[in-house]
Amino acid sequence: MPLSPDADERVEGQWSHVWRQFKRNPMAMGALYVVFLLTIIALFADFLANDKPYYLVYRGQSYFPIFRSYLVKLGLGQWPPELLNVDFKSLDSQGVLFPPISYQPSNIDLTAPFESPSGKHWLGTDKLGRDLMAGIVHGSRISLSVGFIAVGIALMIGVLLGALAGFFGSWIDMVISRLFEVMLTIPTFFLLITIAAVLPPSIFLTMIIIGLTGWVGIARFTRNEFLKIRNLDYVTAAIALGVSSRRVMFRHILPNALAPVMVSVVLGVAGAILIESSLSFLGIGVPADTVTWGSILNEARSNTFAWWLAVFPGTAIFITVLAYYLVGEGLRDALDPRLRGSR
Amino acid sequence: MVSYLLQRLVLLVPTFIGVTLIGFLIMRLAPGDPAELRAAGGLRGAAGAGISLEKRGVVDEALVQWRAQYGLDRPMHIQYAIWVKNLFTLNFGESFKDNQPVWHKILERLPVTVKLNIFSILLVYIVAIPLGIYSATHLNSWSDQTATFGAFVLFAVPLVWAATMAIVFLCGGDFLYLFPPGGLNSLDYSPDWPLWEKVSDQAWYLFLPVVLLSYDGFAGLSRYMRASMLEVLGQDFVRVARAKGLSERVVILKHVLRNSLIPLVTILASILPGLIGGSVIIETVFSIPGLGQLGYEAVLARDYPTVLTLFTVSALLTLIGILLSDILLVLVDPRIAFGRRGQ
Repeated sequence: MPLSPDADERVEGQWSHVWRQFKRNPMAMGALYVVFLLTIIALFADFLANDKPYYLVYRGQSYFPIFRSYLVKLGLGQWPPELLNVDFKSLDSQGVLFPPISYQPSNIDLTAPFESPSGKHWLGTDKLGRDLMAGIVHGSRISLSVGFIAVGIALMIGVLLGALAGFFGSWIDMVISRLFEVMLTIPTFFLLITIAAVLPPSIFLTMIIIGLTGWVGIARFTRNEFLKIRNLDYVTAAIALGVSSRRVMFRHILPNALAPVMVSVVLGVAGAILIESSLSFLGIGVPADTVTWGSILNEARSNTFAWWLAVFPGTAIFITVLAYYLVGEGLRDALDPRLRGSR
Repeated sequence: MVSYLLQRLVLLVPTFIGVTLIGFLIMRLAPGDPAELRAAGGLRGAAGAGISLEKRGVVDEALVQWRAQYGLDRPMHIQYAIWVKNLFTLNFGESFKDNQPVWHKILERLPVTVKLNIFSILLVYIVAIPLGIYSATHLNSWSDQTATFGAFVLFAVPLVWAATMAIVFLCGGDFLYLFPPGGLNSLDYSPDWPLWEKVSDQAWYLFLPVVLLSYDGFAGLSRYMRASMLEVLGQDFVRVARAKGLSERVVILKHVLRNSLIPLVTILASILPGLIGGSVIIETVFSIPGLGQLGYEAVLARDYPTVLTLFTVSALLTLIGILLSDILLVLVDPRIAFGRRGQ
């Protein structure tokens, strides 16, 4: 026998409520689909743009070179001697199936520099004859992984510090709040180019320093939520029952504090992608032979006739960042209690 | 008021120490010995060629001298103490690059960056405030929604992309030649030109950099203004003003606008630090000899004194900005009690 007079009025979990609100916002849903699409492109970049075919019949034998390259990378297999270091396109094969973009971003073709978009190179080539479409498809991997790993690091630091400050208050809060102020005071972008320029160029280091400098927003949100929730009765009850501080913080409070924090996480991914593109545009933090969206843009700066080098990678950054912003805003609207039930 | 000011000032001390310490540690612990880098031009070239042990000794001796001259042979904490002491006497040391006093280099570049930023701030306010007012008074109308969406789009446009597109399509190259691709003045610029010509020449050169520095401010500030207007519009005194028969124009411009401008004071805090950080990309792209370009070049050359000075000055400006906006806020809005803000 349900306690509630109306059996349909079940207690709804916070996340399913948020999801229900989120789904009503067509712009945010559209942006979410774009985010999914971008993730799929990044995950399957090797299958979309690759100089190796999916399938190849050569001297009466059939091969699956892209899959084989994964095995080789993992150390589980080897190239058959007849396919080692061959150019698959010039191979005299009986049957072959290439990915839609049959280039790797690293394929240098000095006979075809600065080709404008054509059937052969959909988005043209850069000064070394590298295919731009392949560069953009593979560049999405770098951008998205910078976004996720940087924000993952920021999330860990931010939640930990925010939780400590909000839960314990007093001098701990005082010290951590000073730390927030320090981080807000220092010129972040200048700090980033400084660190990135003194360290050896590496995508991985770039992710880490973007994460290390980007946690303040998350920490402040977490602190404010903890301050609010800490005084609720169920928390007082848990403390009175002798539950350890760590357990109260991370098992009892954190799950309820996470929703608003998620907004700054999603917006943070967009921010990290923007920062990474600015850094690689300035030629800082990215190895010279790595093709990223920002590094292609940088090439356009000195070769202004090659408009395709400016238009396409920038559009890629723009669409990615806009999609994450809209998802973040949609999430914020879905969470905002003032808007609850109003739409 | 005095005790509030004192309290704020005391709280600034740990923040100041934190900021300077971070900057100092990053620069000193970074790989790459500045003395060797300084000597790299002539001396290490000879050493690398391995001419003779005798000459190698000369190189080492020169390096030791360099270290002694710049205090690089002292323990870290003493180096830090000396540096902070010098900070208060505006003695920022000499650039590793050309032995010029850093302070002179900064003073030399400052006017350009200040000019750029003042125009940009003015432009932001001129565009964003009316836009925000319009959006708030025409809530949820077609134009309000367009402005909201437009703000998102502008936010997501990466500055590096916008700048590259401007260079490629508007500044010579194969497309339009509406604006110069860089610099501050025409080559044949002379102070003897009539005033009008000087102004128009300057405007022609500054237009793109200023607009590019401002566009995300349009989006940010107009949203901020809209939210602030909406908050005031919902208050009782506005209903009273309308009830006593004041015209809508008077209500909006006299009662609502004045009160909704108050939170804009806090934006002051973010303007001062933008002087350096925000213009790194723009000044680099458009080769404008301002502080941003100075910082970028100093970072690449590992010119520690210059980098550290820019970093610290910019952080100090932020601190001053935060303090100023706190004080201004209290002065313009007596409803805010001293010492209660930020809790």
